[in-house]
Amino acid sequence: MSVKTLTINDQPIAIEEGKTILDAAKEAGIPIPTLCHLEGVSDVGACRLCLVEVKGINKLLPACVTQVAEGMEISTNTPKLQEYRRMAVELIFAEGNHVCSVCVANNNCELQDVAVEVGMDHSRFVYRFPDRGVDVSHSQFGIDHNRCILCTRCVRVCDEVEGAHVWDVAQRGAACYIVSGMNQPWGEVEACTSCGKCVDACPTGAIFRKGTTTAEKAGDREKLEFLVTAREQGQWTR
Amino acid sequence: MDLAELQALAEQERSKRKSIRVHCCTSTGCQAANSLGVKENLDKAVEETGMGDRVEVVGVGCMGFCGRGPLVQIDPMDTLYEEVTPETAGSIIHALNGGTAEPVQGDSQHPFFARQMRVVREHSGKVDPERIEDYIALGGYQALHKVLYEMTPETVVQEVSSSGLRGRGGGGYPTGLKWATVAKMPGDQKYVICNGDEGDPGAFMDRSILESDPHLVLEGMAIAGYAIGATHGYIYVRAEYPLAIKRLQKAIQQGKKYGILGSQVFNSPFDFKVDIRIGAGAFVCGEETALIQSIEGGRGNPIPRPPYPAEKGLWQCPTLINNVETFANIANIIKRGAEWYSSIGTEKSKGTKIFALTGKIRNNGLIEVPMGITLREIVEEMGGGVPDGEVKAVQTGGPSGGCIPASLLDTTVDYDSLIKIGSMMGSGGMVVMDKETSMVEVARFYMEFCRGETCGKCVPCRTGTVQLYSFLTKILKGQATAEDIEKMEALCYMVKDTSLCGLGMTAPNPVLSTLRYFKEEYLELLKQPQNGKVPV
Repeated sequence: MSVKTLTINDQPIAIEEGKTILDAAKEAGIPIPTLCHLEGVSDVGACRLCLVEVKGINKLLPACVTQVAEGMEISTNTPKLQEYRRMAVELIFAEGNHVCSVCVANNNCELQDVAVEVGMDHSRFVYRFPDRGVDVSHSQFGIDHNRCILCTRCVRVCDEVEGAHVWDVAQRGAACYIVSGMNQPWGEVEACTSCGKCVDACPTGAIFRKGTTTAEKAGDREKLEFLVTAREQGQWTR
Repeated sequence: MDLAELQALAEQERSKRKSIRVHCCTSTGCQAANSLGVKENLDKAVEETGMGDRVEVVGVGCMGFCGRGPLVQIDPMDTLYEEVTPETAGSIIHALNGGTAEPVQGDSQHPFFARQMRVVREHSGKVDPERIEDYIALGGYQALHKVLYEMTPETVVQEVSSSGLRGRGGGGYPTGLKWATVAKMPGDQKYVICNGDEGDPGAFMDRSILESDPHLVLEGMAIAGYAIGATHGYIYVRAEYPLAIKRLQKAIQQGKKYGILGSQVFNSPFDFKVDIRIGAGAFVCGEETALIQSIEGGRGNPIPRPPYPAEKGLWQCPTLINNVETFANIANIIKRGAEWYSSIGTEKSKGTKIFALTGKIRNNGLIEVPMGITLREIVEEMGGGVPDGEVKAVQTGGPSGGCIPASLLDTTVDYDSLIKIGSMMGSGGMVVMDKETSMVEVARFYMEFCRGETCGKCVPCRTGTVQLYSFLTKILKGQATAEDIEKMEALCYMVKDTSLCGLGMTAPNPVLSTLRYFKEEYLELLKQPQNGKVPV
């Protein structure tokens, strides 16, 4: 294996070949906001928050899936990137029902954190008054589709770590939603092992434990840690 | 089958031909106007008049002048009849014996035909798409034989490279370079994919090729397979093209029967089998990575590139993916040589391009023109201009392209010039608009299309198209302010720069190009100030 040297925001970095720009930034302590990225499962490059500029390439590149190359000169926080990130977060806030004050994940929400990080204080876009339904048919958990940002972390964690593939994405465009089983109520999906990985993987309050109320969806860091290493250690069930 | 047998079959087919061939279009467009009824009555009339010894009626593919279908054309006289009905069909046959034909006789010397340069569509409308023998009679599959026995894979790639052919799906990536990349990739298993998921509103070039001359595409694919070292090809056709699918199925079976497709093509060690995959109605599956996911049985979502399909495509193997029209050019390049091909067109855009000319225009249909022709020649000379009006704009490139104002009609049609003026070649849709057309409405129409067709994977495309659509609706309702236009424009650039795949990256183009050339139309629709103040 060889090592690549590059710079991120003028900071020189040496990192193993095959790693991504996001890995390099993390190692160097440079923050790059992400939502759909979850350590331990595959990356999809869907939220577009981690886009960075690389000198000599006229496209913006997603840091989570772009491998490092020798001599890359990367900028993670140019005015253009800041503006685009803020717009992306505003678009998400206009799309779903993200009212923090009444959300189970308040103070424990990655979307909320990102909004603060990019400096979003209001959305310039029209609020879309989502009416996407809530499924509380499962005995322990519930999913509020209005709070879902379609990052598909639940889909990947259920498929790649738990191996149950309860979740997937149905429909397309604005009509997209996270579907359980063969488009059944979650509670009727026999494949679900009730492991709760999707609850921990969900960056917002969309998937929650029943009985939690405002701001009570405490992030269980140990469980997230488990998600990160489960695949390597072959811990397929809890 | 060897070369001698192929040539003998061609010769035999040619000698079997009767002296007068009556071509009746049986493509989807003309079928919708009951051309099958026309053909039936033509056959009946031949029987009645007892001319069966010298006249044959042949069901053929598209002749191009779709707006005036059903079309019947007679060889060798080159007489064209338009808007033939089953009732008037018989008179065409009787006219061959000196009677008068009832249907309107078209002008085959009209610029609509005379200005065309038919390379891909050379035999379209002349060859029976359901008979491989008819294709062979016109020299079909000789190019495939030639590459297998006279050329190495490297020289085939070299020939395609020096022809200057660029991808006809819209992007214009050099075809030879793509072939060379896949050819040089290590690995025993590679794939060829033909992208027939044509979905731009108003575009039907690929459908026409597949329906009119399916063997031409299959031959191009087999040559590609040999050049890059693939033994398996897929044609991905959208389910909305049932006739194209039916004809392809037939063509593949016939090819196998003659040993031209399948194992040991022309008795050589080269195997090439072709399978058809039918799309389920998603526009985004025309994007190559989504198409590959769809063939694999997954959800048709684009995935980030790199890795490009040339490196890791179908089932993670190196994959060559080209558009229908690109493959349809290959046989001719091999047969007539790269030098001949590169003599057509401009310096950087070689060959011909098929356009579907539609909208407010006198002559609509399919045209094949050399690159470098001006939009004015296409619209005014060939298309005959707008009936009772003036051209306001021409839209090219479908939902990924832009609107070109009448003042730029002298722009030449090639990849780079069109991009320079904010549009793109696209797959070949060309919609002409007259002075009555509202450009804001046009922008909203395309945005509505993109909003409905985005896969929903990435944030800017999924939610950005919805927001752009609502900005445009607000403007059209007369409720928008100048600030809304600013916000909309900023969002356009954000969606363009940050989307994951080509659909999102180009979705704002119709808005941006109309903002660039027709801004006054947007401004006229803004909320009017009352007493010096804009009402809230």
